[in-house]
Amino acid sequence: MGVLTIGCFPGLVGSGVYDFALKLADAAAGKGHKVNLWFSGNASGSIKAHQKHLKDYPTGEKHLTALLEKGVEICTCEACALARGVTKPDAIPGVQWNAMHWYLAKVYSTDRLLHIGGE
Amino acid sequence: MADVKLAFIVQRPQYKSETSRLGITHAISYQTVEVLLEDGETITPTLCFLGEGVLGLTKGQKAMEAYGITSTEAHVKNALLVDLDVLVCKEDMARYGIPEESLPNAEEMGADKTIQVVPYSEIQKAISGAKHVLFF
Repeated sequence: MGVLTIGCFPGLVGSGVYDFALKLADAAAGKGHKVNLWFSGNASGSIKAHQKHLKDYPTGEKHLTALLEKGVEICTCEACALARGVTKPDAIPGVQWNAMHWYLAKVYSTDRLLHIGGE
Repeated sequence: MADVKLAFIVQRPQYKSETSRLGITHAISYQTVEVLLEDGETITPTLCFLGEGVLGLTKGQKAMEAYGITSTEAHVKNALLVDLDVLVCKEDMARYGIPEESLPNAEEMGADKTIQVVPYSEIQKAISGAKHVLFF
């Protein structure tokens, strides 16, 4: 099995790309691949816990929690999150916090990289 | 025990979105990635500006005064200071009428590297030689 790393930059709301990234991560993990998911830019705000799933808006929390349970490593850019007022105690448990070099380290050893550069 | 080459392609104008800035800062972060890698494992990034990405690279920026944020100029200087290869597309510079003399350098900070204005073919070589390409 391979290693897939996804760098996701678009925000949770207002972009279908974020939703796609999570579904792809789920599909890859379901096939037994190792998956790393990096959030930066607007995507970093999506790791906030206690999201209310309104039917007119996508939700991240339910899917992120499921991915964590499947062993997907999820990490958010700490600076990007803090700049958006999201702190560690606010975050979904299990999501890692780190700097951009976390992403580069995962890219180093990944078999495939899907980098979604944001708006 | 190997070196992995990465190409960071900035193709969106500075200040219009966060993405272009993140392209620069992600490339710079190669400087500290070794703490997460094994001995002998290294990453060599090349930072390339293409298309609208060449906009907003000129020297004399007042982003701190205007927006309260670090300027792209400062980020590019930091990139040069940490020995990143910074390539700017010559054809796109000409397309937007930007003279090479308007680009900053980081000589006063002690950087050995300078911005390289190169034909697109040279950027294509950097892309071809990279294991992964990251578009911002």
